[in-house]
Amino acid sequence: MTAGHFGPYGGRFVPEALTAALDELDSAFRSAIIDPSFITRLTQLERSYSGRPSPLTRADRFAEHCGGARIYLKREDLNHTGSHKINNAIGQALLTQRMGKSRMIAETGAGQHGVATATAAALLGLECTVFMGEEDTHRQALNVVRMQLLGAQVISVTAGSRTLKDAINEAMRDWVASVERTHYVLGTVTGPAPFPEVVRYFQAVVGREARDQIQLAEGRLPDAVVACVGGGSNAIGLFSGFMDDAEVQLRGYEAGGDGVETGRHAARFAAGSPGVLHGARTYVMQDEWGQTIASHSISAGLDYPGVGPEHSWLHDTGRAKYEPINDDEAMAAMALLSRTEGIIPAIETAHALAGAMRVGRELGPTAVIIVNLSGRGDKDVATAARWFGIGAPAGIEMAEGR
Amino acid sequence: MSRRLSEVFAQAKSANRGALIGYLPAGYPTAAASVELLNTMIDAGVDAIEVGLPYSDPLMDGADIQFAVAAALAGGTTTDVVLDVVGRLDGERAALLVMSYWNPIERYGVERFAARLAAAGGNGVITPDLTPEEAGPWFAATKANAIDTIFLVAPSSTDERIKAVVANTSGFVYAASTMGVTGARSQVGGGAEPLVTRTRRVTGLPISVGLGVSTGAQAREVATYADGVIVGSAFVRCIRAAADLPAAIAAVRDLAGELAEGVRRPSD
Repeated sequence: MTAGHFGPYGGRFVPEALTAALDELDSAFRSAIIDPSFITRLTQLERSYSGRPSPLTRADRFAEHCGGARIYLKREDLNHTGSHKINNAIGQALLTQRMGKSRMIAETGAGQHGVATATAAALLGLECTVFMGEEDTHRQALNVVRMQLLGAQVISVTAGSRTLKDAINEAMRDWVASVERTHYVLGTVTGPAPFPEVVRYFQAVVGREARDQIQLAEGRLPDAVVACVGGGSNAIGLFSGFMDDAEVQLRGYEAGGDGVETGRHAARFAAGSPGVLHGARTYVMQDEWGQTIASHSISAGLDYPGVGPEHSWLHDTGRAKYEPINDDEAMAAMALLSRTEGIIPAIETAHALAGAMRVGRELGPTAVIIVNLSGRGDKDVATAARWFGIGAPAGIEMAEGR
Repeated sequence: MSRRLSEVFAQAKSANRGALIGYLPAGYPTAAASVELLNTMIDAGVDAIEVGLPYSDPLMDGADIQFAVAAALAGGTTTDVVLDVVGRLDGERAALLVMSYWNPIERYGVERFAARLAAAGGNGVITPDLTPEEAGPWFAATKANAIDTIFLVAPSSTDERIKAVVANTSGFVYAASTMGVTGARSQVGGGAEPLVTRTRRVTGLPISVGLGVSTGAQAREVATYADGVIVGSAFVRCIRAAADLPAAIAAVRDLAGELAEGVRRPSD
């Protein structure tokens, strides 16, 4: 396997103008992770600012719907800003400082990565611009306001399908023109090398903690670890803690949207094929001519036609298994966790919960399963209200989430 | 087979002028109209044609070309249509190239694409998001079909990097004038001339400058230090602004003529 590749996947398919910046990031990253002062700073911020370690919560009432398997939730929703995204944003913000750059840009789908980057920028005194598809600015309006409150500029992208894919295109265009003083904080394990490796490094803390916590709780490793997969950073974070434990199944759940058979989905493994998108070779939703097919999902964070190249490799080698979860299954799981455990998950995360229900029934009551509870659902309440027909009490405007 | 790039650049040099390279996406505004417009460029003195292969995620392109390729895709422009457009251009008088992001070529099949392009008369491909490191199978396919592989260098490229890129380039080296996306600019980036100088130190290949050139005056300035001048967005703009196809053809003819005049070097 050559550097920056995962089997045949990954690599660097970018305009030459970005090669120097990717090389610079690569060398800054490699020197940082062997620099004790960098690690100390990162660990301090994880503890005192993000709130790490995040707890591992046993979810017995939810587990009754999972074939009786013992279900544990890795509580990334309890991190500052409400998701796993802060792990990567703080790490890359520290790299931005290390490279002597003063501005960060980011793409965002659900807004969680945008909020996390805006937060890290505020903390470290960096300038921040976030690109967000216009459609996503409507369905995740709460997060747009959060980013602005944090001092970031939010640019609504009206090109193409007006979702995450187009936000990435626009961020890349900005980056080419501003690279001297700007770092592009890619939010997931996609993109040109070394991004997939950088983001995995900062998310690996999730898997490391979960591995220790489950051994403390159960005295053994889990039978399966489960996560939703958009670009796939929360999944890689959790999976990386168990990659070498062959007895631990790795299960990823992508967005089935209205159903894979309808064509309105974001199921790259179920319905895509290897191609090149956004700088890396990976599974892509594409037509016979190699044009990207627009994805669809009720979850803005999973609504992306590509996936991290390492997932493509884990898929092909069979180390991890990926299946689609349709919108309706995800929304049912969102409601179920809310009512059984008092935890309202993000709609992205609800795909993993629906997946855990399947895995639990498959593996039976003796199984131990960890689900990455990657984010909280506050941002999704308007979508949920419409989906479930929950009326707002008189006088409360439910404008967002259209 | 259209004219070879080596011949085009040699002839331009002996005529004491820069070579002029014009870009337009196939299928914009329609396939038939793009053939007419590109042949008009050749009539008006463009030496090499870059036929753009429309792609859904053109992350190196600015607003004008994004608009044009989206329109071309909406009109049903496929890779086969692009190759058909190439086959209908006047290759006796110009070199015919395709400019494409990598995924459509990979999806079509690199060998199949190279063979069909050669059969259509094309003999060069510009790949803005393919780096030589990822291009192994592409080199084999293009070599077998006598197709030039044109890679880009940028102001941010280190000398070492330029050396590696030009070692895998044939036809000409595409020097991006600025750190940015395609689009007409009021000034050609100040980084262009030093980049050409650095590139010349390591290659005897012709060097063409693209990104931001839109007028005869800019073409004249670039031709003082580069072997070729590449113009794309400015052509798209004048087509966007035209009321109908005859007006677009007239505007393209005028601009190509102005640029062809611009690339002539003053005789001293």
